[in-house]
Amino acid sequence: MQWTRWAQQYGALATLVVLFVYNAIDTPFFLTRQSLLFVLLRQAAPIAIVAVGMAIVIGTAGIDLSVGSVMAISGQVGATLVLHGHGTAVAIALAIGVAAACGAFNGTLVARFGVQPIIATLILFIAGRGIAQLITGGELQPLSNPGFQWVGLGRPAGIPAQIIIALVVAVLAWLVMRLTVFGRYVTSVGGNETASRLAGVPSGRVKVLAYVICATLAGLVGLIAVSANFASDANNTGQGMELDAIAAVAVAGTRLTGGRVTIWGAVIGAVMLKLLQNTLIAHGITKEVAQMIEGAVIVAALYLQRHEA
Amino acid sequence: MAERPPLLLSMQGINKDFLGVPALIDARFEVARGEVHALIGQNGAGKSTLIKVLTGVYQRDSGRIEFDGRQVEFRSPHAAQLAGLSTIYQEVNLVPFRSVAENVFLGREPKRYGLIDWRRMNSDAADVLGRLDISVDVTKPLYECSIATQQMTALGRALATSAKLVIMDEPTSALAENEVQTLFDVIRRLRSDGISVVFVSHRLDELYAVCDRVTIMRDGRTLEDRPMSEISRYELVSRMLGRELAEQLSHRRGEQTSEEVERAEPIVQADELRRGRALDGVSLSVRPGEIVGLAGLLGSGRTETARALFGADPLDSGTVRMHGKQVALRSPRDAVHHKIGFSPEDRKTDGIVPQLSVRENITLALLPRLRRHGIVDRARQGEIVARFIKAIGIKCSSPDQPIRELSGGNQQKVLLARWLCTDPELLILDEPTRGIDVGAKRDIQVLIRQLADDGLAVLLISSELEEIIADSDRVVTLRDGQAVAELTGAAITEEALMQGMATGAAAGSESAT
Repeated sequence: MQWTRWAQQYGALATLVVLFVYNAIDTPFFLTRQSLLFVLLRQAAPIAIVAVGMAIVIGTAGIDLSVGSVMAISGQVGATLVLHGHGTAVAIALAIGVAAACGAFNGTLVARFGVQPIIATLILFIAGRGIAQLITGGELQPLSNPGFQWVGLGRPAGIPAQIIIALVVAVLAWLVMRLTVFGRYVTSVGGNETASRLAGVPSGRVKVLAYVICATLAGLVGLIAVSANFASDANNTGQGMELDAIAAVAVAGTRLTGGRVTIWGAVIGAVMLKLLQNTLIAHGITKEVAQMIEGAVIVAALYLQRHEA
Repeated sequence: MAERPPLLLSMQGINKDFLGVPALIDARFEVARGEVHALIGQNGAGKSTLIKVLTGVYQRDSGRIEFDGRQVEFRSPHAAQLAGLSTIYQEVNLVPFRSVAENVFLGREPKRYGLIDWRRMNSDAADVLGRLDISVDVTKPLYECSIATQQMTALGRALATSAKLVIMDEPTSALAENEVQTLFDVIRRLRSDGISVVFVSHRLDELYAVCDRVTIMRDGRTLEDRPMSEISRYELVSRMLGRELAEQLSHRRGEQTSEEVERAEPIVQADELRRGRALDGVSLSVRPGEIVGLAGLLGSGRTETARALFGADPLDSGTVRMHGKQVALRSPRDAVHHKIGFSPEDRKTDGIVPQLSVRENITLALLPRLRRHGIVDRARQGEIVARFIKAIGIKCSSPDQPIRELSGGNQQKVLLARWLCTDPELLILDEPTRGIDVGAKRDIQVLIRQLADDGLAVLLISSELEEIIADSDRVVTLRDGQAVAELTGAAITEEALMQGMATGAAAGSESAT
């Protein structure tokens, strides 16, 4: 196997291992439960969940820029409902339902009206945050409802709930992509949509479902975010999430031109980027420089992708 | 022939390989001044390669090009354009959101004090188009104009760059009937101004209407060039298609079984299919156990008929009945549901999903039926894939090998397997043996015959007459989007087929010209 191909497939994992070993040796208290579970993985989990949905959309040769705004909408809807005395189950179900509807909107624009994915999802990227702000008039809503906030604060067996949710989501998504007809259709539509349609694949429905899954997961992460922050904040929830998620997918070697989905790659990419960020910041490197280094890592990953073809 | 004007263009001994595959072999092409010259040949004959070599899109491997009295070597299309060589493509390559005048002068805008001199540009553009007898508001954005006007704009651009030779690649394919006439008027005007025109088209009527001379290409070689008036349609078609003296292996069934087939009810019966200018009332039927060949020149509506029967393109009108009952085929999915399979002409863009494995490509159409409790039954999938790889003789290292790594012939076999595993009643094969090696071609032809003997109805499209003649029980000939002739059994001969393609008439069969 050529080294570029190897690097493309395992580059993110190798970088993660190198960063891990380096930190284990150099960073005090890195190898503690507190640091690994409650800092690194707890921070990486939301990105990983969104990246899983993003990986599926990218597999169809699409992209979803609206995930951050969908997070804000879902967080606002959920928080507002519990604050008005509705039950936890109702609040969560409605919040995620609204998120799924956002995904159906994106998918319909792409599949039925043939709008380019980047433009179609730019609509909710912009308008979605406005919608979220309208729900509460832009005010910060403090939250204190342990039941509702379990997704962000729960500690079953001493492990943060979002880590468990991320794992469950990744396993389910991996099984769906591997075992179901829909999973197979995603890569065939992304690989060659014309040929797939001529083989009877309902390419429109496949794309809509991909965007619905992505938005639903973003909605779930929106609830985690407001719960963990003890407040819903329409202005900041999910800011920049689309870029983190796309970067996580890209560094793991998934081609943005579609036709391939690597769920675990997206998860590893999310953890790796978070660890990189934390390592840089822990070493006193300013946030600005850290961002530049992250950018360089993404460029390297994209450079490797070019070599496949 | 005696008083042919002096040559403007002379290409001699042109060779061009692509990755070792020859596309042009010692090709020759000559155009005289003020001559309208037809360049014809089948797909893959080398016409477009020749034009691209001439206009600097490709660099030739060897050969000599003389243009306007000098030996030339165009390094880019731009260089060719500066020397007076303009190309007008099928899809007009202009800037849709700019005005007509801007498009005429794109890249050479008249300037004044460093700024664009709009008044002069608009009046000059109107002048140029006036020379073509076209009056149009030149300040209008191009996309608001008809395709014909857009082409005239491209022509105007050619004139404004003082082109000496204008190459038109299938210029009429997007035009309506009256627009075609306007284009011809313009071509005649160019001729009288001493400008030469190379005209590439598959519509014979158009060639005879406007061209002075014709060059025929086949398999990368130039066969001959002759005055248009000295060659009959029949001769033109037969030269273009060629006749290989290879053994005529006939896969046709015996007379006895064919009577049985003829008594059977048709699986599919299409009536008066119409869509734009491409399909102008095609009717045909296919019975179980029968291979029906669909013959016709490029652009005659062969592929369009296939796509219509598969629900891939919407029809303007017409009905399709299966087993005597009318069915609505609004999408390929509907067609798959009605047990129709379709192997498209362009394997790469419409057939394979390149990065997926042989297994996934074979089972793509079958997947919904492999589902058990919402999950793809991997065991059954593997079993079916293994069975078809063996039965059809697909050469791959394993079912997991990506299909893009297979040879063309094996890719084609995978596409056949994709449909055969769905157990279809009607299989539509558009050029199933194009671009594959002789061995794989033979395999596929034998397989198709076996399938038909087992009761499958097959609609076979091929540009190769030998293939149509050898494989078909019945042949429907298309011309300009109409079914013009139908031949059965022993009546299927080269002469009869070419007669139908060229003039729409078939000896011993009723015709509808």
